Amino acid sequence: MAVGGSETEAKRPVNVGGKDKSRTVKKIKRYWDESQTKESATDTPRTEEPRDDGEKSAEKRKRKPRERRQKRLGGRKQMSGKVDLFPGPASIPQQKIMKFERGEKTKLGQVSNRKLKGHLKTLETKVKLAKTQAARFDLLLPEEAGFLEGDEGEDTCTIQQEDIVDAVDITSGSKHFNLVLNQFGPYRLNYTRNGRYLLLGGRRGHVAAMDWHAKSLMCEMNVMESINDVKWLHTENMFAVAQKKWLYVYDNQGVELHCVKKFNDVLKMEFLPYHFLLATCSATGFLQYLDISVGKEIAAICTKAGRLDVMAQNPHNAIIHLGHPNGTVSLWSPNLKEPLVKMLCHKAAVRAVTVDNTGKYMITSGLDRKLKVYDVRMYRLLHSYVIPFGASHLSFSQKSLLAAGCGDTVQVYKDVHVKPARKPYMVHRVQQGVHGIQFCPYEDVLGIGHGEGFTSMLVPGAGEANFDALENNPFRSRKQRQEWEVKALLEKVQPDLITLEPGILGEVDFLTMEQKHKERVERLGFDPLAKEKFEPKHKKKGRSSTGQLLKRKKMVAEEEQRKLIRESVEEKLQQEKEKKKSEKMALLGQKSALDRFKK
Amino acid sequence: MKVKVLCRNPDDYVRETKKDIQRVPRNYDPTLHPFEVPREYTRALNAIKLERVFAKPFLASLDGHRDGVNCMAKHPKSLATILSGACDGEVKIWNLTKRQCTRTLQAHEGFVRGLCVRFCGTSFYTVGDDKTVKHWSMESPGSEEQEEPLHTILGKTVYTGIDHHWKDAVFATCGQQVDIWDEQRSSPMRSFTWGVDSICSVKFNPIETYLLGSCSSDRNIVLYDMRQATPLKKVILAMRSNTLCWNPMEAFIFTAANEDYNLYTFDMRFLDTPVMVHMDHVSAVLDVDYSPTGKEFVSASFDKSIRIFPADKGHSREVYHTKRMQHVISVKWSSDNRYILCGSDEMNIRIWKANASEKLGVLAPREKAALNYSQKLKEKFQHHPQIKRIARHRHLPRAIYSQAKEQRIMREARRRKEMNRRKHSKPGSVPLVPEKKKHIVAVVK
Repeated sequence: MAVGGSETEAKRPVNVGGKDKSRTVKKIKRYWDESQTKESATDTPRTEEPRDDGEKSAEKRKRKPRERRQKRLGGRKQMSGKVDLFPGPASIPQQKIMKFERGEKTKLGQVSNRKLKGHLKTLETKVKLAKTQAARFDLLLPEEAGFLEGDEGEDTCTIQQEDIVDAVDITSGSKHFNLVLNQFGPYRLNYTRNGRYLLLGGRRGHVAAMDWHAKSLMCEMNVMESINDVKWLHTENMFAVAQKKWLYVYDNQGVELHCVKKFNDVLKMEFLPYHFLLATCSATGFLQYLDISVGKEIAAICTKAGRLDVMAQNPHNAIIHLGHPNGTVSLWSPNLKEPLVKMLCHKAAVRAVTVDNTGKYMITSGLDRKLKVYDVRMYRLLHSYVIPFGASHLSFSQKSLLAAGCGDTVQVYKDVHVKPARKPYMVHRVQQGVHGIQFCPYEDVLGIGHGEGFTSMLVPGAGEANFDALENNPFRSRKQRQEWEVKALLEKVQPDLITLEPGILGEVDFLTMEQKHKERVERLGFDPLAKEKFEPKHKKKGRSSTGQLLKRKKMVAEEEQRKLIRESVEEKLQQEKEKKKSEKMALLGQKSALDRFKK
Repeated sequence: MKVKVLCRNPDDYVRETKKDIQRVPRNYDPTLHPFEVPREYTRALNAIKLERVFAKPFLASLDGHRDGVNCMAKHPKSLATILSGACDGEVKIWNLTKRQCTRTLQAHEGFVRGLCVRFCGTSFYTVGDDKTVKHWSMESPGSEEQEEPLHTILGKTVYTGIDHHWKDAVFATCGQQVDIWDEQRSSPMRSFTWGVDSICSVKFNPIETYLLGSCSSDRNIVLYDMRQATPLKKVILAMRSNTLCWNPMEAFIFTAANEDYNLYTFDMRFLDTPVMVHMDHVSAVLDVDYSPTGKEFVSASFDKSIRIFPADKGHSREVYHTKRMQHVISVKWSSDNRYILCGSDEMNIRIWKANASEKLGVLAPREKAALNYSQKLKEKFQHHPQIKRIARHRHLPRAIYSQAKEQRIMREARRRKEMNRRKHSKPGSVPLVPEKKKHIVAVVK
């Protein structure tokens, strides 16, 4: 808008100058005077009084559409004679608004109650306003995401970390570093949810917690036991370590706070931040949930699936995904003793599972060296890749980059769920086998734990550029953290609200409503919501003879009859269709159990 | 190679000095805010629990009367002033901010039956058992002078109620008939009678100011037009109505407090079915008063409790009771929509908050925003069973609780019996009578 304005202003003096030369007028013309020439009228967007010369009529005709347009847009002539070419708020692309869509619009046509209709209508306008305002606010976000583009003919996967470090500024460059810890490796790692703190746990008992931005160590110790997994809890004040036998909780100084003996032989852990639950899976086949706000075991589920060492959480709905040696992936919530869903994903054992931030896509990798992309909403396979050596570790970034650790290399893929990726986006090689990878939230950094220590790898475009300080703030102070902790604890989501569809709580519960209505009808002996029987209105002017009344009654009755017949016919058709289908299936013959593997 | 790596300057995100407020950059991207519905639900649950925690509606009790408080009147111009008349003929004027009685006068011998303030707020009228109508000045007399009424009208019969016109110098009394008085004269301008029974309450319509409604003890509610010589129409209910109150926002709506434990909201144009039957009290309803918004009303009952009903709902949203409060005879909703006053048998006037969990005093903007937000959340999730249960839960005295239970059982039995009768008789011979029609006997014009 500003650009447009300056352009028009820049043009005007030029026009005036030209006009002055061509016409020798004594009076000096100012640009704010009503311009007289044809030329300026077409160039400048101001409206003017049409003169009644004959020759102007053509021009008038020509100018009309523009005037009309300005009128439509509400363009007003201002004091200076300028016209606001873009009146009103700037339009926002539909795509941006779509991002803030939550569910479908209510169909007002189906609502018969007038009061409810009005209520829904106001609600819709409010929703629309909220959407556009959020989209408008999106334009003002301060940071832009990172990116990496190769030169012509250059693959981004050939670009080395050193080149990137050379190309970017010093602070960003310092985010690529190696920690050589070759004594107690290989290392597992975990970043806090704001991406500020890093926790490292070596297989042979070495635990280190650090503020990796400032590169300052918070604590370092050796637990003198083998370590299976490490996880930060809700803040950087506590972390859980799955040791050889039991689960331990330490504070950020390395002081042991708890030894949870109910949780034994834990191999993997996931922390559900909004529920304050620590989900663990053990070598004995148990999936256990620990509520860390009250220190109670919420659920212990015997999965009966042997040793569990492949685990991921769906950040969208807090469902735990477990991978099994028989190639299945099962989905669990703490409320059920059986899996919600069991998917056969691979023909060999599942090695790693991960789910993206939106909760739409699940990536699995198996011993068959395949990497598969599933849509978890429909449980459908989208793409399948073969990766050399297969991926032993997977991690999704906030911007949906996928990191796969294969042997001693880490490959980063872009848009795996959109289109089949031919080549990785980036590749990095470490000295020894990768043992753990995780993208750092809100940073373009991928943390890699391996046999020789820890590597922080720069992956441009991985992190969300603009954080929301009320959710996660990498720069939060101690006071802010304390405040946040209280707020977060107050709105701790109860574990029984963990379902496949977290938005279901905000929807209309038709089933209960119908059930309740049925019970009510049974109790009362009549239907209080039933449609009143049609009583024809008493019309004046002699139109209300008995015959006419009967006729009108009959009309309505027939309408109802017609509806009934229509319904029954439809039902019959449906039944016939189903029958035909089943017959067809029968003709095709018995399906064997092996058919499911057919591609 | 073109590359950009995310790099934030801490100066943009951390406050400059300790005296600044913290910077809170926002991003409304839904993927950064997962579980929004469950979290909102949790917030709503917390809000509703806090509402119940902070529900402390009782503010103060004004004592000083030496007999039960029979009637009360609001001052039309001053929020801090109310008047009350007791069963021993005493009238007291109270200052609510100081919670003190500012003036006491012995107005009548026997009960003060009715009390109303003139629309200008400078004087008030009382009627009592001694068959007089007295006009008093709001100003208290000098230290030497006696409490003397400005006017006294001696009538032939007992007056049981009085109400003043909202704009003109006219008032109406009721007793054996409804009388319309000019302030300047000592005989009524007009008298309305319909039937022979005594009339217990009369009320002017605040919008259509020449309309009047009255309740009489032969179970009628009669409507009058001041300009006409005869009453407009009446509706006969199954039992007697004690008082009625006009909706201050909708001219044609009024609510009557009935002896059969219910309140009936009528549209005066269609008296044959009430707009709503409000049931929850377990004893006769003695008084009713609308909130100035016309959205809710408060009712006082013989069951020692007061209840607040939304005008369009059949059940109360709130019930107030204390151990010491006896039969509540009169109730008023203050003109600023924030307080409720009730006068009861045991000589006290009690001040309650209209909204039980409201925080009194000036709210900080952030406090206000938080309250608005939680209000909206409560509204959004109000139908969820968990939240509904907490929002509806009220502690009731055992007497009311057991009585309500008993009545529920009785109602259920009656309904079941009717259902069985309908089932075993000829179809159509036992018609379905909706609850609204059950209590209306007839409408006479």
